[in-house]
Amino acid sequence: MFAIKTDKITKTYGDLVAVNNVDIEINKGEIFGLLGPNGAGKTTMIKMLATLLKPTSGFAQVWSHNILNEPDAVRRSIGIVFQNPSIDIELTGRENLNFHAIVYNLSKDLRKKRIDEVLDLVELHDKADVFVKNYSGGMQRRLEIARGLMHFPNVLFLDEPTLGLDAQTRRSVWGYIKKLNEEENITVVLTTHYMDEADHLCGRVAIIDHGEIIALDSPASLKKSIGKDTISLQVMEKDIFLNALTVSDLMKDMELHDVSSDKFLDGSLDGSLDGYLHLSVENGEKMIPRIMDLAHKEGVFVQSVDLHKPTLEDVFLHFTGRSIREQEAGKKEYMQRMMGARMRGTR
Amino acid sequence: MMLSFNAIYIIWLREMTRFFRAKSRVIASLSMPFFFLIFLGLGFNAAAKFSGIPQGIAYIDFLAPGIIGMTLLFDSLSSGLSVIWDRQFGFLKEIMVAPVDRLSIVAGKILGGVTTALMQGILILLIASGIGVKITGFTGFLSSIVFMVLIAVSFVALGLVFASQIEDMHGFQLITRLFAFPVFFLSGAFFPPDNLPVWLRYLTYVNPLTYGVDGLRYCLIGITHFSVTLDVLVLVCFSTLMIILSTYLFSRIEVD
Repeated sequence: MFAIKTDKITKTYGDLVAVNNVDIEINKGEIFGLLGPNGAGKTTMIKMLATLLKPTSGFAQVWSHNILNEPDAVRRSIGIVFQNPSIDIELTGRENLNFHAIVYNLSKDLRKKRIDEVLDLVELHDKADVFVKNYSGGMQRRLEIARGLMHFPNVLFLDEPTLGLDAQTRRSVWGYIKKLNEEENITVVLTTHYMDEADHLCGRVAIIDHGEIIALDSPASLKKSIGKDTISLQVMEKDIFLNALTVSDLMKDMELHDVSSDKFLDGSLDGSLDGYLHLSVENGEKMIPRIMDLAHKEGVFVQSVDLHKPTLEDVFLHFTGRSIREQEAGKKEYMQRMMGARMRGTR
Repeated sequence: MMLSFNAIYIIWLREMTRFFRAKSRVIASLSMPFFFLIFLGLGFNAAAKFSGIPQGIAYIDFLAPGIIGMTLLFDSLSSGLSVIWDRQFGFLKEIMVAPVDRLSIVAGKILGGVTTALMQGILILLIASGIGVKITGFTGFLSSIVFMVLIAVSFVALGLVFASQIEDMHGFQLITRLFAFPVFFLSGAFFPPDNLPVWLRYLTYVNPLTYGVDGLRYCLIGITHFSVTLDVLVLVCFSTLMIILSTYLFSRIEVD
């Protein structure tokens, strides 16, 4: 059974297509990530699934409830932490949590216990009775996360959960997301533009750009799909080493890559001048000892070894032709598209 | 549809909490009806005689129920501001994503708005009697509360209708004010509607506040232009209509 299944779900604003014909199946119990730059359609997607926005066309089932005609049933099954503030700053932290608990029908005993639990988790216990307007940005964020966890939802949506958090709080939030997922069996759907977050947390990741899913798999498979690991070696007697390498049985498991010509070499091993060798291999960490053994046997001195594994950043670059970190460029492009849509709309 | 009383209660409680924490706003919103009552009431009391006010009724006695109606009208409509506020500060998302039917949300909001409007209406009534407005008696006072509630429900719900359609604070204030002034002036709050030209008089007849003020006058000073039954009937119908409309529009709100 799926926790979430979308069917050609689409949302347009005038000429701007925010989400375009997306079909996704999210399994029960997994941590699923929507990874993409700002303006890619991640938040729109989540808001439609959370019944806050109506899709222009298509539909989705959340916990087997149709988002179009069973909104209350959907709302009962989910929790959501929004990207933008959604707390009442005129109330205290505890009052905000209490509001949530009562709206979600938590019994009085459970309410008290749970409020203490989540306050402990985000380390806001001593600020619980302070007005939220006197909180710092990071504290407000932590309170929102605490609130999203209050009612043990089946599916928890987290829209950029660690945006603006310091490294330490990020780690503890990650830890708690994993814990919730494992211990309470909560399905987690999160959006992020942090590669490390998607990589660390998600069982599967959908890379989304311009409202479309361009790749979907586990982080490991995604990384594997775009290429192997690269081992870079710097050796003193490069020619000797190259010759030894080409006749060795290591060649079955690797390709040689020459920096000077930037091409893969098959047989003709005219090595580069700076003494660097680039080897394209699978399981680089397992190949390194074998290469070192060979070098030792041949009496070749290896000066340095570097292993680069593909990252989700490389995956994004591979599929879109640009880096996800080009935040400003991405934002500008988004603005231009919005402006364009608006201008066309008024004509 | 299942009403969630928990949700209604906590939404109401939140409105109350915020109301009592914003004392300056309460005083500011009470000041206008207070000045109207003092300056108009005491001023016209000696100076003017409107035809249509029965013999033996002082102008300030005639005016006081109208001012209470005004207080309720303005205060009720502006309670829609809390929705605009919630939208701007993001809290509306928390409310809209809650697993409660939209009628419960609207009911909580209406109950909150009605409670605050009612408190202010009663406060103005107490001030009025303090400066010498003669009220028929304690039963009159109690029955006037029924009309206050009816008026408040009607216009709080209408305020929510506006709030569901308008996204920014200034737009909302502008439109409610634009709406509230004619409704107020054409309700017979200041003078009996019979003093108006015929075409304007018909406007007062389709104005629900006219019946609210008329009902208040019956309860507080014992005179009525229509009949109490008609007053109650019109207000019940109008407020029911507004509740249905505001619930429908609320269920269609999309929050960005």
